[in-house]
Amino acid sequence: MSNSNFTRRGVIKSGAIAGAGVALPTIFTASSAAAYTNEPTGGSVTFGFNVPQTGPYADEGADELRAYELAVEHLNGNGDGGMMNTFSSKSLKGNGILGNKVEFVTGDTQTKSDAARASAKSMIEKDGAIMITGGSSSGVAVAVQGLCQEAGVIFMAGLTHSNDTTGKDKKANGFRHFFNAYMSAAALAPVLSKLYGNDRKAYHLTADYTWGWTQEESIKAASEALGWETINAVKTPLAQTDFSSYIAPVLNSGADVLVLNHYGGNMVNSLTNAVQFGLREKVVNGKNFEIVVPLFSRLMARGAGENIKGILGSTNWHWSLQDEGSKAFVKSFGTKYGFPPSQAAHTVYCQTLLYADAAERAGTFNPCGIGEALEGFEFDGLGNGKTLYRADDHQCFKDVLVVRGKENPTSEFDILEVVEVTPAEQVTYAPDHPMFAGGALGNCNPGA
Amino acid sequence: MDAIILQILNGLDKGSAYALIALGLTLIFGTLGVVNFAHGALFMIGAFCAVTLSRILNFSFETIDPTKTDFLGNPAKIKTTYVEHWFGADFGATIIDWAVPLAILFSIPIMILFGFIVERGLIKHFYKRPHADQILVTYGLAIVLQEIIKAFYGANPIPTPAPDVFKGSFDFGTLLGFEPNAIIYPYWRLVYFAFSALIISGVFAFLRFTTFGMVVRAGMADRETVGLLGLNIDKRFTFMFGLAAAVAGVAGVMYAPINSPNYHMGMDFLVLSFVVVVVGGMGSLPGAVLAGFLLGILESFASMNEVKSLIPGIDQIIIYVVAIIILLTRPRGLMGRKGVMED
Repeated sequence: MSNSNFTRRGVIKSGAIAGAGVALPTIFTASSAAAYTNEPTGGSVTFGFNVPQTGPYADEGADELRAYELAVEHLNGNGDGGMMNTFSSKSLKGNGILGNKVEFVTGDTQTKSDAARASAKSMIEKDGAIMITGGSSSGVAVAVQGLCQEAGVIFMAGLTHSNDTTGKDKKANGFRHFFNAYMSAAALAPVLSKLYGNDRKAYHLTADYTWGWTQEESIKAASEALGWETINAVKTPLAQTDFSSYIAPVLNSGADVLVLNHYGGNMVNSLTNAVQFGLREKVVNGKNFEIVVPLFSRLMARGAGENIKGILGSTNWHWSLQDEGSKAFVKSFGTKYGFPPSQAAHTVYCQTLLYADAAERAGTFNPCGIGEALEGFEFDGLGNGKTLYRADDHQCFKDVLVVRGKENPTSEFDILEVVEVTPAEQVTYAPDHPMFAGGALGNCNPGA
Repeated sequence: MDAIILQILNGLDKGSAYALIALGLTLIFGTLGVVNFAHGALFMIGAFCAVTLSRILNFSFETIDPTKTDFLGNPAKIKTTYVEHWFGADFGATIIDWAVPLAILFSIPIMILFGFIVERGLIKHFYKRPHADQILVTYGLAIVLQEIIKAFYGANPIPTPAPDVFKGSFDFGTLLGFEPNAIIYPYWRLVYFAFSALIISGVFAFLRFTTFGMVVRAGMADRETVGLLGLNIDKRFTFMFGLAAAVAGVAGVMYAPINSPNYHMGMDFLVLSFVVVVVGGMGSLPGAVLAGFLLGILESFASMNEVKSLIPGIDQIIIYVVAIIILLTRPRGLMGRKGVMED
């Protein structure tokens, strides 16, 4: 007769204790190593700068990279400190972020959504980037923002102007410093009214993609609210280079204003063609014919040469601003590179400092902590006056510049003049505004 | 009516560019039998010849003007071009103003030389290879060339204006009894149309009325027999590649004031030009010219709001729809020769 000491209950108890014992180190290890995606461990933290290094916006991408390098230099305590000296938040000390030296890797978006997502993914997974930032296109921004949300890293958008980025496509992990199409229209409307009157007939040419649609919708709504009549709104293919057959119908349409909802090469070509067809010299309905380009980029405007003179538009920032932040940034950038920075350079520099500052204030690189620190954050000293990072949609609200092509430029950089600084209150909209409806921020994702 | 006349003018203008590029493509295909996907890049390089000459003429030296400041608040550096310094302010400014027409002279030897180098150095190795190989290698060459241009000149368009005397528009409306400003057309686009007509006529005259041209035409018809007669047809065909490159180059030079040159402009024209060649008939020079103007005019009409309201999106597909119809009804294209691309 055999006598066993094992009982069913005993085996279960022993098994449970042993199992817990075996599992405990794993749980412990997992929680410590992966509190959030790419938690820094070795005294340094890596940023991923995802900019167009090839393709049509490569020059803007190059200027963004210059600004990023400058920001990293300043964060690590080198150089003159730039806008860190004028920034209202004083958390940044020039000793890196939370004691970690800032390093960076770069990716090439090629201004293509799939390429941008691939380079961002590579920087997150292979290079350990804690944050992704950059870009010069709304399509790219929306695509990369979605990827960062899934991967559990913060996305600090670069140059993206579509309403959708912080509208229907907004994400909890994404933040935009740059202004948007609605703000451009809201800033331009009073100036258009003042300079051109309220009895105007407008003809729109619009780039046929997400940014063009939201820009047209915004400027149409703002101008029609003034009393302007929209004669026609024609979509033009994004790949179009010669706009003559789209400009010709404008001549006898009865319109006295042409609104070019175009950006980049499209804008350069359509504006050049419009001026070649003598639209600037035309008198229609007893008024001088006018051309409006809602979104200006100085880098791009150079391509249109003299045709830009006298044309109204809006911009996020301009190097000629005389506030202390802008002066400090222009000095710092101009001394290092020999020419003034573009609005793309300015916005990405600000985004880098804002992320670093949020990490310092939150005391962590956890995306949820950084998100909390940025939401509702009010600051000043970064070149746009008092600015709010609104919690509802992660959109910055600040003054918007209405600019005009300068008639008598004094240098190759002196292309635009600031006509009006429209206060932030005039360009602010409700979070549930119909043009931004349809999406939800969702919850922050720390990844891991 | 005025809108129709305007679109005809637009079509002639677009057609000029298509015809010039397609003419060069057909010359190369007809003589060397090579499908040259780098031809758009040659057009782009021509435009950048204008940019380059403009920059050369704008070479300058700097002097400090203590009364002015730069963007950093330092004493401003004032640039004076050597041309203005050597020839006086007025005459120097006129030379700089005429950079684009002068660039025609500048570009012709450069483009011919470039054509020789490309043909001798690369393309001749692919004469006996399948067309797919030729397309791959010339397309690769096009990408390499545009990346080189981008590395030197950047990605943004570079303004290259026409001389001041050609700025503004001509009022056709008043000539035809319409109200003033009803039909206006930019002077430079009219110059471009006249220029392309001149170049096309010149190429046809060269092939028709010179002994060299006669041999080339004979070689296009039957290369082997011409070779048996003891004529070095290869040398002549190499020259034709250079000539085709020069035609594309001057077309690019003159196009520079219409749309600011950028590194990608060749690709924008390439696909359309191939459609033009196919519609015109592979190897047919008159066919290429005819199809160029025909498709240019049709494309312009398709952009009219009245047409687009009837068939939305027609402006983006008209050329391809017409190409399909023509190839279904005339498989060799409008003026295609029997036996070309049919083996």
